[in-house]
Amino acid sequence: MSTHPPPAPPGAPEKAYEPVFVGSALERLQQLYPKYPTKQALLLPALWIIQEARGWISPQNMAEVGQVLGLTPAYVKGVVTFYTMYYRHPMGRHVIQVCTTSPCHLSGCSDVVEALLQHTGCGELGTTSPDGRFTVVEVECLGACGFATPILIGDDFIEAVTPERVPAILERYP
Amino acid sequence: MVPRFSLMSDPVRVTIDGVELGVARGTTIIEAAKQAGILIPHYCYHPSLPSPAVCRMCLVEVEKAPKLMPACATTVTEGQVVHVHSEVAEKAREGVLELLLINHPLDCPICDQAGECELQDYVFQEGRARTRYADFAKRFNPVEDFGPDILYVPNRCILCTRCVRFMDDVAATPVLNVSERGDRAFIGIDANELLDHPWSGNVVDLCPVGSLVSKDFLHKARAWELDKTASICPGCTQGCNIEIDTRDDVVVRIRPRPNLDVNRHFMCDHGRMNYRWMNRGDRAEAPLRRSNGAMQACDWETALDDLATLSAEPGPVVVLASGRASVESLGFIMRLFAGRDVTAALQVPRGEEAPLAGVPDLALRVERVPNLHGAQLLGFDAEWSTAVRATEHAALTVLLDVELDDDELATIKRCASLVALTTRDDPILQAAVLTLPVTSMVEESGTYLNRDYRLQRFRQAKPAPGMARPAWWVAAAALGRVNPDVRVPGSVEDALEALTSEEWLSGITPDSVGWTGIRLDGLVAGTVR
Amino acid sequence: MGYPHPIHASETVVLSRHFGDEAARDYAGAVERGTYKALKQALAMTPEAVIEEVKASGLRGRGGAGFPTGLKWSFMPKGDGKPHYLVCNADESEPGTFKDREIMRWTPHALIEGCAIAAYAIGAETCYVYIRGEFTEPLAIMERAVADAYANGVLGEAAMGNGPRIDMVIHRGAGAYICGEETAMMNSIEGKRGNPRIKPPFPAQAGLFGQPTTINNVETLAAVPHILNRGAAWYKGLCLGNPKSTGTKLFSVCGHVMKPGNYEITMGFPMKDLIHDLAGGMRPGRTLKAVIPGGSSVPIMNQEEAESALCDYEGIVEQGSMLGSAGFIVMDDSADMVYEIYRLAKFYAHESCAQCTQCREGTAWTTKILERILTGKGRGEDYGLLADLADNMTGKTICVLSDSCAAPVVSGIQKFRHEFEAYLSGAKVLAHV
Repeated sequence: MSTHPPPAPPGAPEKAYEPVFVGSALERLQQLYPKYPTKQALLLPALWIIQEARGWISPQNMAEVGQVLGLTPAYVKGVVTFYTMYYRHPMGRHVIQVCTTSPCHLSGCSDVVEALLQHTGCGELGTTSPDGRFTVVEVECLGACGFATPILIGDDFIEAVTPERVPAILERYP
Repeated sequence: MVPRFSLMSDPVRVTIDGVELGVARGTTIIEAAKQAGILIPHYCYHPSLPSPAVCRMCLVEVEKAPKLMPACATTVTEGQVVHVHSEVAEKAREGVLELLLINHPLDCPICDQAGECELQDYVFQEGRARTRYADFAKRFNPVEDFGPDILYVPNRCILCTRCVRFMDDVAATPVLNVSERGDRAFIGIDANELLDHPWSGNVVDLCPVGSLVSKDFLHKARAWELDKTASICPGCTQGCNIEIDTRDDVVVRIRPRPNLDVNRHFMCDHGRMNYRWMNRGDRAEAPLRRSNGAMQACDWETALDDLATLSAEPGPVVVLASGRASVESLGFIMRLFAGRDVTAALQVPRGEEAPLAGVPDLALRVERVPNLHGAQLLGFDAEWSTAVRATEHAALTVLLDVELDDDELATIKRCASLVALTTRDDPILQAAVLTLPVTSMVEESGTYLNRDYRLQRFRQAKPAPGMARPAWWVAAAALGRVNPDVRVPGSVEDALEALTSEEWLSGITPDSVGWTGIRLDGLVAGTVR
Repeated sequence: MGYPHPIHASETVVLSRHFGDEAARDYAGAVERGTYKALKQALAMTPEAVIEEVKASGLRGRGGAGFPTGLKWSFMPKGDGKPHYLVCNADESEPGTFKDREIMRWTPHALIEGCAIAAYAIGAETCYVYIRGEFTEPLAIMERAVADAYANGVLGEAAMGNGPRIDMVIHRGAGAYICGEETAMMNSIEGKRGNPRIKPPFPAQAGLFGQPTTINNVETLAAVPHILNRGAAWYKGLCLGNPKSTGTKLFSVCGHVMKPGNYEITMGFPMKDLIHDLAGGMRPGRTLKAVIPGGSSVPIMNQEEAESALCDYEGIVEQGSMLGSAGFIVMDDSADMVYEIYRLAKFYAHESCAQCTQCREGTAWTTKILERILTGKGRGEDYGLLADLADNMTGKTICVLSDSCAAPVVSGIQKFRHEFEAYLSGAKVLAHV
């Protein structure tokens, strides 16, 4: 799921594109070169580098990584749109992924979802809170069914979330 | 059933819907079925594309196999028994068709593909009569402009991915993708990389439904209104086999005609889009002869007498011919001036080569004429500008449907005596003593020799305008007057036969050329020149 | 989190011995506990001998297919001169399954050891460990463990100092259940959309980057060092049911049980005891209604079937379902079967890769019909329609995702028709799903 960014104010100057693959980011990518026999295989790791740096993957980012790896922008876009963890619009500062698949549903995830939406201020799943702090997205099975309800906040995997625990958890993410 | 075994060593014997046959090892079931005269319904499979087996239409029942097998991706094995029209296989196909239709809009009344649509065809043949999806909204995506000629209508797309595979593997230019996942998927393109590849028009042919459509053809004609004629593309020396589609004698579309030895299933956009000249209205319709300073219409008898007279007079002759002239036309023109001092040149526009990477030896060629080798073998070997200059000292200059720029026009106007065989009304005609209306290649039949020395036939696709006749007939009829021993051919087939006294054409008959052409081995080997 | 839970007396602790033991995680702690002995032993054997040992143990793929592991390894060509690859499938996305994460989190070196032994056995110099993108903790732990393994000479140019080259690369997925399918996983590693491939060609002939490849699940590979350490006969002897199902398995039990978690039991263990004893049984006042044992991609079992079944491949087949990945989703009488089936169908529709018509359109349509039923607009014809769709989605596609969607739907209608009837009759209705 991805959210739509607010429209740019009219007359806002276009910022020059800042490439991702320079300096340490480029080094990180280059360190992976010997591990795969093709440049194409570096695409998923490269997309992660972009998302870690920018929080989302823009069309210009897709064009850039295409240039670096020798892939067309259309090809890159086809790959990016296949994988749900790559975001194509700016997200809140902290992205919260909450599982709602059947095992978690049996364990009460609906209440957790309610609590998350309430305490983050996000109106509904898939949207960003007005202060830009959180985006809550609904995801499929997170592979922690016995420790329901699991959520991911950024890279933090938090198990056994209950509605009662939500406020304290959110506090850790300013 | 009589077993049909092809003349190959070690054929694999299979039975398909009761028909026994032997096919080469490695043949897929779907191709083997074709040899048995059975069409297995399919979408994503195409003989010129790699086979991913995603549409699942071609699932057939194979005895002893645990599941239905995709015929496009399963090779035959010895003793295999395949059922294409068993209940299980038909039910599977009916299932696929039903699922394809749940999101497919009921666009037939406004869709260009109607009448030549594989979805329509198979649903009519094997689909359910009524939908069971009535209570849900169909998935909707807006139409997208993919580039110079191509529109993408995502709602109609059945995700067969032929277009993506064509651009990826045959055009080697991966500008199309599948975007998103599941039933949200559609064919995507990057806004900065439009579909302007020189061979991209083929995706419209490949699309089994009306999802990728040509803007040029949009809402122009209905498929069932079209007359289709087998022809050869006059766009370059490659000689792609084409089909000319006309509606009420107007050419509305050109499409490739399959020829596995020349262009497989493809043609380039230059050839595809270059047909408007075939419909020109500004035609020369009657022979005109100069009389008392003015051009006057006359009948063919008079005109041919004039031509014969002019041809018999001594002195150098210069012939400047259109690159689209057929073997028959060029052949008889040269015969008309046999024994004379002839400078003959072919007008050859040039452009950039544009290969189709995934098919060996297939490209839009630099020389944008269909019969360059044929012309050269018939004596059209002079350099163009040299020949143009030579008209100043020629006794007779003959033009065959050429296009001249101002300088060339000025030079040629100074020639002694000008005869113009022409398709259209042209400034040069004012300088001529005799203008004769001839047919363009789409209004006559004939043959071309392509760059690989392949002789190929093309067929008349629309009627000749006015009194226009093929150039070979004009030359032959005049020749018949000059030399009464010459028999004037009554048909283009006779014209070709008459030319087989040329060494390079010896032994050729129209039947031997057929409709896929014949490679002239002697020329290829260099043993004949 | 998750662990530790106290080991239940009826568990057979092999893989999970060190679950919950923080000290076991790092290289030193792992070695102290015996890790890498088996690798050393394997490297002193011939690859063929290693394969034979694994074959003899009866180990079967623990990812869900249950294919005999030694046999799979033996499919790899010998002496062909091509690069061979091992892929460790750590994509764990099957609803109800959460065992591989524990193996990676608590015993990463045991997994590395298993991968290295397998790589050696199949002649692979490179092993890619494909970990799903959401498993941030296992990713970090495995990256660190692999680095430590290199630093200590376990991996690299000369494995364990004097063995062949064995390289390991951690590859992060990005949110696609279908990438757990072995051929889709290979496409994903290659930098493509995670579309499953048609077979033939099989991975052992032309797999990752077109080269001979074997793909094994995390749990399968983690069992290998134990088999070498204690012998195939020992592993084969761990069997309470059908002799074709040997060894131990981590059963992930979740849903309506008092003590959800992973329980390692010997194959053939009675399912009744797993649910009512090890996993703590039902919540107060509740009765067992249904179990989906294989992760969600298998037929639903009713109470009677679940309480009669033995936990092994054949035992569950006997009761009309499949063991799959052994991700047990337990439902008591408070569960809304129709809703849960709908939610599973929605899962499959979301995860479909879009290649095959039946899956792409069928999973979505099934979901819509179930939603319509739940919101009070169901009709009698829906049973036939759902059955038709399920039939179309079974056995006709490149991979079994659509079959997996069909299984709960068909079995759900078969065994819980009264719950569907409640919605169809209007006795029950949801305002929205």
